[in-house]
This record gives sequence, C-alpha cells and structure tokens, in this order.
Amino acid sequence: MHKHTVRHITAALIAAALLVACGKETPPPAPKAEAPKAPEIMVVKIGSASPLTGPQAHIGVDIRNGVQLAVEDLNAKGIEIGGNKVKFEMVAEDDEANPTKATTVAQKLVDAKVAAVVGHFNSGASIPASKIYADGGVPQISPSSTSPDYTLKGYKTTFRVVAHDGQQGPTLGRYAVGTLKAKNIAIIDDSTAYGQGLADNFENTVKAMGAKIAAREHTTDKDTDFKAILTKIKGRKPDLIMFGGIDPQAGPMIKQMKELGIKAHFIGGDGMQTPNFIKLAGDASDGAMASIPGLPKDQMPGGKEFLEKYKAKFNQEVELFAPMGYDAVFVFVEAMKRAGSADPAKFLPEISKTDYQGVIGPIAFDDKGDLKNGPITIYKVKDGKWEPLEVVKPEAAPAASAAEKK
Amino acid sequence: MEIFAQQIVNGLVLGSIYALVALGYTMVYGILGLINFAHGDITMIGALVSLTFIQLLVAAGVPPAAVLLLAGCGAMLVCAVLGLTIERVAYRPLRRAPRLAPLITAIGVSILLQYSAALIWGKQYIALPAIVEPLQFTVFGAQLTSLQAAIFLLACLIMAGLLWFIKSSRMGRAMRATEQNPDVAGLMGVNTNTVIAFTFLLGSAIGAIAGLMVVLYYGIGHYFMGFMLGLKAFTAAVLGGIGNVGGAVLGGLLLGVIESLAAGYIGDLTGGVLGSNYRDVFAFLVLILVLVLRPSGLLGQHSGDRA
Amino acid sequence: MNAAHWWRRTAWLVIVLLLLAAPFLIEAVLGRAWVRIADVALLFVMLALGLNIVVGFAGLLDLGYIAFFAVGAYSYALLASPQLAVHWPFLVLLPLAAAVAAIFGILLGAPTLRLRGDYLAIVTLGFGEIIRVFLNNLNRPFNLTNGPQGITLIDPLQFGGFSLAQTHSLAGLTFTPVHSYYFVFLACAVLSIVISRRLEDSRIGRAWVAIREDELAASAMGINTRNMKLLAFAMGATFGGVAGGLFSSFQGFISPESFQLLDSIMVLCMVVLGGMGNVTGVVLGAVLLTALPEALRYIGPLQQRWFGEVFIDPSDLRMLLFGLALVLMMLFRPAGILPARRRVMEKRHAAG
Repeated sequence: MHKHTVRHITAALIAAALLVACGKETPPPAPKAEAPKAPEIMVVKIGSASPLTGPQAHIGVDIRNGVQLAVEDLNAKGIEIGGNKVKFEMVAEDDEANPTKATTVAQKLVDAKVAAVVGHFNSGASIPASKIYADGGVPQISPSSTSPDYTLKGYKTTFRVVAHDGQQGPTLGRYAVGTLKAKNIAIIDDSTAYGQGLADNFENTVKAMGAKIAAREHTTDKDTDFKAILTKIKGRKPDLIMFGGIDPQAGPMIKQMKELGIKAHFIGGDGMQTPNFIKLAGDASDGAMASIPGLPKDQMPGGKEFLEKYKAKFNQEVELFAPMGYDAVFVFVEAMKRAGSADPAKFLPEISKTDYQGVIGPIAFDDKGDLKNGPITIYKVKDGKWEPLEVVKPEAAPAASAAEKK
Repeated sequence: MEIFAQQIVNGLVLGSIYALVALGYTMVYGILGLINFAHGDITMIGALVSLTFIQLLVAAGVPPAAVLLLAGCGAMLVCAVLGLTIERVAYRPLRRAPRLAPLITAIGVSILLQYSAALIWGKQYIALPAIVEPLQFTVFGAQLTSLQAAIFLLACLIMAGLLWFIKSSRMGRAMRATEQNPDVAGLMGVNTNTVIAFTFLLGSAIGAIAGLMVVLYYGIGHYFMGFMLGLKAFTAAVLGGIGNVGGAVLGGLLLGVIESLAAGYIGDLTGGVLGSNYRDVFAFLVLILVLVLRPSGLLGQHSGDRA
Repeated sequence: MNAAHWWRRTAWLVIVLLLLAAPFLIEAVLGRAWVRIADVALLFVMLALGLNIVVGFAGLLDLGYIAFFAVGAYSYALLASPQLAVHWPFLVLLPLAAAVAAIFGILLGAPTLRLRGDYLAIVTLGFGEIIRVFLNNLNRPFNLTNGPQGITLIDPLQFGGFSLAQTHSLAGLTFTPVHSYYFVFLACAVLSIVISRRLEDSRIGRAWVAIREDELAASAMGINTRNMKLLAFAMGATFGGVAGGLFSSFQGFISPESFQLLDSIMVLCMVVLGGMGNVTGVVLGAVLLTALPEALRYIGPLQQRWFGEVFIDPSDLRMLLFGLALVLMMLFRPAGILPARRRVMEKRHAAG
C-alpha cells in the first residue's frame, strides 16, 4: 500500500515537473525575438489587470481595450524617453474579479518586470494586489476601484484615476437636493463595493441637507428584475430615485420604473453614464441623469476622438472604464518622459506630480494617490444621447466625507 | 392596496417565466431522476438566439409579429437540437452510472454552454432593439403592459397544452409509463430512448420560449443570465413537487409572488433589519424549508430521498 | 524486500527534500508568482481534502463547500483586524475558525440528513449562497462584516515580533512572505493528508464508506448513520475553516467576492478529477487544477505569436476545458485520475 502511495506521489511530481517545464518554455514573449533586429529600441511593458472572464468580463475587457489603444497610439506616435526610442507593450492579465487570483496576477506582472500596472477593476482585487505592487516597487493606477480603503494603506505606488465614493457621492447628493430640489429620495444600490459605497455617501449628504430618505433598497449586480423594489418605492412617492450601480442594471431599471408609472427623477453615477445604458433602456432612458468626474467629453482635448477611435478599433461602444485605462497609461508615460527613465524607481516620484489633461478630464493626484477633486459634470439623456447639463464644482474636504463612512 | 395588487402582478409575470423554465427541470427529473443543471443555460442560449434573430429581422424591416414568430421558432429549433445532443452525448451513456456522475456531467455541460455563448456572443450585455411599444393599462390600480399580459397568457397556454399533451397523447402516455418504471415501460413496447430524447427536446423548446420572454421583458441578454434563472426555476420545481408538471407551474407562480412580496414588505415587517438585499436568500430558504419539511413538494408524490 | 525498503525510503527522502526546496526552485525557474500559486495550491489541497471527506468518503455531494472556507476566513478576519478593533493571536484564532466552521457544518448537516444525492447538492448550494449573501449584507443595520467593501488590514501570522508578512533571511536563503507562508501551508496540508489517511482506514472511515454504498444496509449493521453523517460534515468543514483562517492571514484582505459558487465548483472539480475518495488523487487534483489555469494563461500570447491574433481568450479556453474535462472524465474515467483503492478492488473483483 505504501509503495502505491510512493508511486502516486512520484507520478504527481513528474507531472508537476513536466508542467513546470512546459510553463518555462512558453513565457518568453514576442519582443525578445524582435529585439535583435532593432537594438536601439527600448521595450517598456505596461501591465493591465482586470476580469476577462465571468460576469464582469465585459467591463474588464473594456479596461484592457483602453490600455491597448493607449499603447498602440503611443507606439504610432513614437515616444522617446531619455533619448531612447521606446516601444510599449501591453501585458494583459485576467484577475477573474477574484481577490486571490488578483494577487497571483499582480505577482506575475511584477515578475514580468512591467514598468507600471493599470488595474484592477474591483476594489476587492485592487486592495490585496496593491500590497504586492508596493513590495515590488511597481506603480499601480486603478481605473475603476472606488473604495476609499484602496488608498488608505499608505503605499507610495497606489493611485487611481477615478473619483472615489467619498468624492462623487456627495457631489451627486448636493446636486439632487440643491439643484433638483428633491425632498423625498429613494436610494437603490447593487450590493457591490462600488454601488453601495456611492449610495452610502450620497445618502449621508442628502440626509445632512435635510432631504427625507423614502426608501433604501438593494439589488444585485446580476439581477434584471427590479419591479418588486420599484413598486415599494412607488408607494412612498419619492421625487427622486438614486441608483448606485452600473448600466446593465440601470438600463432595465429605468425601463421598469416607467412601466410602473413612476415619474420621479432618476440619477446615478459614472457607472451608468454609458451609451449602453441608453441602448438597454431604449426610450425610457429619456431624462435620466448621471454624473461623471471631469469636464464634458466633447470639451476635452481628444475626448470625442477617443470614442470614435475605440469604436473603429474594437467595433463596439466604450463600456465604462476604457477612457480611464487609456488615460492611466498616458499618466505613466508622461511621468517617464519627465523622469527620462522607464525605471519605476525613477519615474514613480513624477507620478504624484502629474498634471495631465486626459480624456476623462484634468488628472492630478493628492498625497494619498487619489484623483484630486476636479469638476464633476452632470449629464442628462436627451433624444437618445447623453448631453452635458451642468458642471458642478467640488466643495473642499472630500476626506471628511470619506471618513464619515466608517 | 394598489401597491399590493402591483406586487402580485409583478410576481405572477416573473413567476410565469420561472414556471416555464421549471417545466424543463421537472420533466427531465420525472423521467430520469436527473437534475439537468444545464437547463438554465439552454434557456440562456434560447434567449441569445432569439435576440440575434430579432436584431437581424428588425434590421431587415420585417413586420413585428413576424419577427417574434420567427425568433421564437428559431430559438426553439436551436434549443431543441441542443437539448437532444446534450442528452445523447452527455447523459445517455451515464444512465446506469452512480448518481453523482450525471450530476457532475451536467455541471460540466453548463460551464461549456456558458463559455461557448461567451465566444459566440461576446461578454457584453446585449440590448434588444425596439420592436413594438407595449400598451399600458390599469387593473385594480396595478400597472400592466400588454407584454406582461401576453407573457402570462402564453405561459398559461403552454402549460395547459403540455398538461393536455401528457395526459392524452400517445407520447404523453409513453412518458408517464417511462416515468413510473422505465424497464417495464420498455417491456411494454415503449422505446424509452425515444421518450427520453423527446422529453429533452420538449423541455428545451419550452426553455427557449422562456428565454425569448426574458429577452422581451427585460430587453437584455448576457451569457451568464441562465445561471440564476435556472436556480430559481429549479427551486420552483422543487416547491411544486419535482417531477410533477402541474407542480412546476404552481411552484413557479408561487415563487414569483413570494419573491415580490418579500422584497416589497420584508423591510417594513422586520423594522429595517432585513431588506430587499436578502431577496435571493428567500428563494433558497423556501427551497431548503420545502426539502426539509415536505420533500415531495406541494403537489408531488415522490419522496425526497428517492435515490 | 530489503532493496524495496531502501528504495521506498530514498523516494520519500527525495520527495521531502523536493517539497522543502520547492519554493526556492520554483522562484528560480518560474518566478515568484508561481511560489504564490504554490501557496494557493496548498490551500486548495486542504480544501479539496476537506470536501473529499464529505463527497469522497461519505458520498454526500456538497455544492456549497466554499461557505466553510468563508466562515473560517471571516472568523479570523473579524478578530484580527481593525474591523472590530480586536487582534487575537492566531494560535487562538485558527482553532476557533475550525470550531466555528464545524458548527456551521453541523448546522447545515442537521436539517439535511434525510436528503440524499442531488437534493442535498441543491440544498448545500443554497446554503453556500445564503452565507455569501449574509456576509455581503451584514454591514447594516450594524456593521459586522463591512459588507461588499470587505475587511482589510488583517493581521498576518505572527509570534510576538516575528511576522510572516516580513522578509526574513536564514542560512543564506531569503524568506519573503510567500516563502514563509509556503512552509506553514505545507505543514497544514501534510497534516490534512495524514488525518485524511488515518480517517480512511479507521472505523469511522469504513462507516462512511458503508453509508456511501448503501445507507439502509449500513444502519442495519448498527452504524449510527445520523451521527456519522454529521461527523463527516463537521470534519469536512473543519478543514475548510482552517484553510479559511490561513487564507485571511495570507491575503490580508477578504471580501465576499472570494467565496462564490464557482469556487465551490472548482473545489468539487479537484475532488472529482483527482478521484473521489483517493487522498493522493485529490491532492493531485488540487495541485493540477490550481496550476493548469495559470499555465493556460500563456496560450493567449502564443496565439498572438503564431496566428497574429487571439482567437480564443485563454480565460475562455480555460473554462471550456474545465467543462469539457468534467464531462469527459465522467464519461470515460468516472473514478477520477487516481481511483479510490476501494473502487479498484471492486473492479478487480468484478473482473476476476
């Protein structure tokens, strides 16, 4: 019997060794083969980490596409860093929206000696991964993680180019109560870190401004039936419904709201300010409002172009965070150019000095690595299109509202 | 009162979709004693196929009624073939295997279907193009659209037709015989292989219609959409008494109403301790309670530990 | 005989040395990411062995096994993080995580005793989802789990001032956190293997097999089927609980996202593919299924190189292969890569 065990274990080890050998054989990426032809070209790898499988894959692929587009644009332009011609290369990894996989993927990117990483999508993935990037000295910009916890660990390598929940939520709240004069507000969130964080911060602000919370309801990021909660909300006769979540829920939600004859305003965050929202909601989307950090896209240098380029390249509309992914790459490259080096140790200090006009608006970081409070634009759907309605200047002290959360 | 009536309407429409999917589970379980885990994903394929048909036909300028008819038929055809294939390739060889084997195969088939769909349709949420603007009307103070009414009526019609079919047709009789005892049915001249294949075909085709309804009702399609729907529908089938066609219908409608009422009222009933965030928990709690307290379900005769 | 004995001892020695040297070899050849993958693989070995007790030994199909992992992880995280502002030592917390998981195992087991086969599968699946939904929502009305935001800044394993989260050096070798955790996980995994082995050959193990093969006959032979099944659930859950606690300390962050149904199914695949009931097979299954998806990631760049574009996302390919593997295994090798000894014996018996 013991002999069997030994044989089995030996077999297992051989199998593992074979696997290891296979793994070893495959990794050398394309550039090494090309390198000898053009020795003067320096290859700089940019990591992209997001979920490419599972229910959130559409958003993860969107981020990766944004990074890919940036890399291609940069290569087409021909960038020089410290006098060397540079070829950028994307290393895309799938974190499966799974925190465990996220740390593995992070380690893999560090091992692959990427100069910088754009990722991850979920706060649940970005937070554990941030430690590994910090240990490896690789700067990380999350295009989409909005949990205030992400930047609270004090790592120098951790940045984000998305407003965190403590920034966007209160602004949206001030708009709802101040400008739209909402007095009786219903709030729905999608039970995710993003949706709930946004909704909680919104709730705190509108409560502080004296509005009444008619109902606080929850759904999930996989659901498409909201009739039950909307019916309950209808009974409370709110004048405004706020949704913390993203477009696959927001679209059907406003549709069902109209079917139930609810006439309240519908407002949400950047997660639903997408072309897909209008497609999913159809005519019902008319009048919906959503905030998005930054100035209106067509006022941004390159904003409109970006959307067109994306569509031409990938044959689909921008889902959500592709512009953030795109800008994140440029933030890194600008820092590299200023430092004259693609070595993370050298250009890392330059990232915190970033002052860049991106597709999403002005990008600058505070001392924690959060996006500095910029203007936030409120959009409204009119004739099947998101039209900018108003630019809301931020009020100071976003830190206070982030602290309120805990 | 208005709100209550509305919640009942919501629940019934949602429940009729559950019921249609539940039929597929219950028919297969009745005959094979197998939980066809992949059934939710067959519904998903039905939904995405009909979505594609609608997109193509609307773009070609086909009148709405014809679009719906063709999309429905196309989805049914694809799903029926798929159901037959799955039965033949993945389940039939395991008919005499230990219980765990077909169940694990079913999980494998479910994963295969999901990721094949992801390859074909991509991972984006797909929007339904506008076909017809549904009419709105009010019943007992509840808002109802013509689409909701149509879904409910069509579901009832299909279920009634199925009940009649099983009771009165030759094939239905063969199905019932196979369900009671496949070996004896075989001895009596019933070709059990054909009967089982037919059951899969029928269940998958009905699943396709449910998929079409989901697409029309919510205006959205996604490769992962079959999973939760399948779980809920399975719950409905268990609630009604798995293996019992009438039970699946009752269970589906009941589950829809329970979910609506729970999401609508639990917050007030518990003073805000529980809320609509526990909506999915209710479905599973119903499932566990039924299995523990009355494993045969509301209308079923089989006992829960039928092994 | 003597030569065979010598060979056996040498083989064991080589295996032990290889396992001890593994993290350093792996890092040198494949990079540190693979050491981390090895760590995770060891955690999954523990999980798969735990599930193997329930599914492989006792024949109770559990589709919500990850719930025990979650319960263990949260027990540890809540009592060793700023969330509740308590920082208990891990020597208390790991047994506690095991105990809490065992209690949940009994809570799940007790009402479902009468159910068998696929009904049990669905109930356990529901149980797993219920646990996840509760973890996701217990941030209101009063904030216990911090909801979807998860718990961060969880303490690493530490004795006094010695923390596994720091890099240490010993005898010229550098022990980064992934290396240190490797040895802790290895010790726990080996312990799990030993316990599983001992259980298999014990009275309890034979009772489980009897229940798996024919519950009625087993109870007629005087086996207390109720207690034995509860014991299987509790034992299985204990493994999951300890693994969960270790996972918490290793990651430093947990959120309900880590405990999805897909994770339960993955652990089940490990047990099924390796061979239900065969401890070596299950270990092999866990290692293979953790490493294989990672190896498959290289398919994407390869396609790019060979065909100029990526036809199939490696991640899709991975899932397609999993699905296919499950189906094909059941069709052609239902007992797994390494069938349980008992099944081999049965087959021989039938053939002879």
